[in-house]
Amino acid sequence: MRPLVISAGTAVSALGRGVAATRNAMQQRRGGLVPCDFSGVTEGYMGRLAGVEDHKLPDHLHRFECRNNRLADMALNTDGFRQAVAQARAYYGAARIAVIMGTSTSGILSSEQAYARRDVEQGTMPPDFEQQYTQDLFSLPSYVAAALSLEGPCLTVSNACASSSHAFLDAWHWIEAGVCDAAIVGGADSLCGMTLRGFGALGLVDAQPTRPGDARRHGISIGEAAGVALVERAGVRPLSRCGEGYRASLLGCGASSDGHHMSAPDPQGRGAIAAMRQALARSGLAATEIDYINLHGTGSVANDVMEDKAVYSVFGDSVACSSTKGWTGHTLGASGSLEAMICGICIQESLVPGGLNIEQIDPGFRSRIMAHNTAKPVRFVMSNAFGFGGNNCSLVFGAAE
Amino acid sequence: MIVGVRGVSVWGPGLAGWTQAQSRLRGQVEWTPDVVPPPPASSLAPNERRRSGPVTRLAHAVAEEACAVAGTDGSALSVVFTSANGDGGVIDSILKVLSQPGGEVSPTQFHNSVHNACAGYWTIGHNSIASATALSCYDWSFGLGLLKAAAEAVVEKHPVLFVAYDQPIPGPIGRVRITESAFACALLLDPDLGQPALAHMHLHYDPMGHDVPDLPEHEGLRALALGNPAARSLPLLACLARRQAGSVTVDCRSGQLRVDVSPC
Repeated sequence: MRPLVISAGTAVSALGRGVAATRNAMQQRRGGLVPCDFSGVTEGYMGRLAGVEDHKLPDHLHRFECRNNRLADMALNTDGFRQAVAQARAYYGAARIAVIMGTSTSGILSSEQAYARRDVEQGTMPPDFEQQYTQDLFSLPSYVAAALSLEGPCLTVSNACASSSHAFLDAWHWIEAGVCDAAIVGGADSLCGMTLRGFGALGLVDAQPTRPGDARRHGISIGEAAGVALVERAGVRPLSRCGEGYRASLLGCGASSDGHHMSAPDPQGRGAIAAMRQALARSGLAATEIDYINLHGTGSVANDVMEDKAVYSVFGDSVACSSTKGWTGHTLGASGSLEAMICGICIQESLVPGGLNIEQIDPGFRSRIMAHNTAKPVRFVMSNAFGFGGNNCSLVFGAAE
Repeated sequence: MIVGVRGVSVWGPGLAGWTQAQSRLRGQVEWTPDVVPPPPASSLAPNERRRSGPVTRLAHAVAEEACAVAGTDGSALSVVFTSANGDGGVIDSILKVLSQPGGEVSPTQFHNSVHNACAGYWTIGHNSIASATALSCYDWSFGLGLLKAAAEAVVEKHPVLFVAYDQPIPGPIGRVRITESAFACALLLDPDLGQPALAHMHLHYDPMGHDVPDLPEHEGLRALALGNPAARSLPLLACLARRQAGSVTVDCRSGQLRVDVSPC
């Protein structure tokens, strides 16, 4: 594929706001997980973004007020992202920039709170409930477009935990087809009772901080995050450095399904293998040229063993890989956009992060799982995301130039 | 963008599959809003069929028929599913549980709550590892979904099975977000114009477009189109049913998609 450039990007998560906070936490191996205490759930750990409760949306967009859009707004106002978009808007025009966002639950927390206040006898929601602007999945790109004064086509992709990785692929389709010249690509998912208690009901939440790749891993820690990236064709717009965000190139992307089970990965990993091979083929790179793989690595027993098998069958044991969810928790539909920034940081800082919380790497694993940070040149990175419904997406990133 | 339409289907009030619906969409037979339940999702094993809900049954009914019209079984097709509401029944039921102290979320309901559940069940039923995308764009789900599905077909150079579906949300949210009736349609799009097709569609997207979008002339069908995001497809489906050249404008956010249809 013709590479796309991420001319500006940032994300917010339990590690804080933007590139610097995330980079420092990674270099110092300081994770962001804390004991869960949200929506009445006190089991396991969570990755919670500080400052959400005090963050307010602009007055004229108050109808969009909900935790998820606050996360998105915090990302837009981090690392000079808004200013970078303004430059692109001046160049391309507001109507030529699309907004493509991934989310699995959008503003469902607002509905949870409204249900607690509903009129049970009449079966009605409280009168101040704004379904379209909060709970609805299209609320997120609608908010981002309104906040950035963009008038291009909007899209919500809701492929569970692969949502915002897939958003990059969807942006490629629209840019390559000429529907738009550039796209805001990203995702946001915020803490809510539905996901905390839903994953709990599936027995997928570790009582300890999640430890992807560890022999005794026992599930995920749920986190929240929002990530945004300004994606455009390489070599069209003269790019000047704007803000403190990350920059990278999107060199390849691949998508597939498991066709196996709604919530359990295919143990053979044939869908995951297909997505990685497609992304690699489109990037024009050989497997040996990938310097680091940022794994989906949820810390669930089944995901990590499947992913190890799939990675080994494509890359053997020569490529360093790790999951960074020990730092941030599993940020579900936002994880692709958050981990795109992490990949950008690895390239910019020549850093291969080793997974956090690993006491002993699963002895059954054959791929090269890293448990300690390593300083070395990182030119090309693969990022994996796999979601419920058997949805797989792999992306290949390189340096911006 | 130009794509061929190799298969098509529709299911909704008074429109029980493409074979039956064509004469009604052409206006040769009077449309009446009789509700016929869609057939069970034939590709799913009995246990998966039990776990999946009526939304999956609705979406799979049109997806299967569009494949049958095209003479393909669907197992190698990339799919794009679009729906504003997703499975509102599952969401309502989980929200009710969450509002009760100590209420237990059902694991099956939780995994069915993901918006891509319908698409996931499709790939499971067809043992497919092709890509599957689940979109949600409020009242513009059909227009923006078609824009994405066609772009994927043209850029990836592979056929795409495009499915739009929505059904009413039960419970208190359904009193706010009103969807009048269940409706779904499917189009099997192929960028290879050498393939046998019912029609070719030339798509023109204008982010600044603000023409009056097309709606059915028939009063009942117009109400149907306005009462379900997936039924915004009705003018395009009617154009395909007439087997005549025509042009249809569909609302997007932002702007509009104009679809010029030329029958093959």
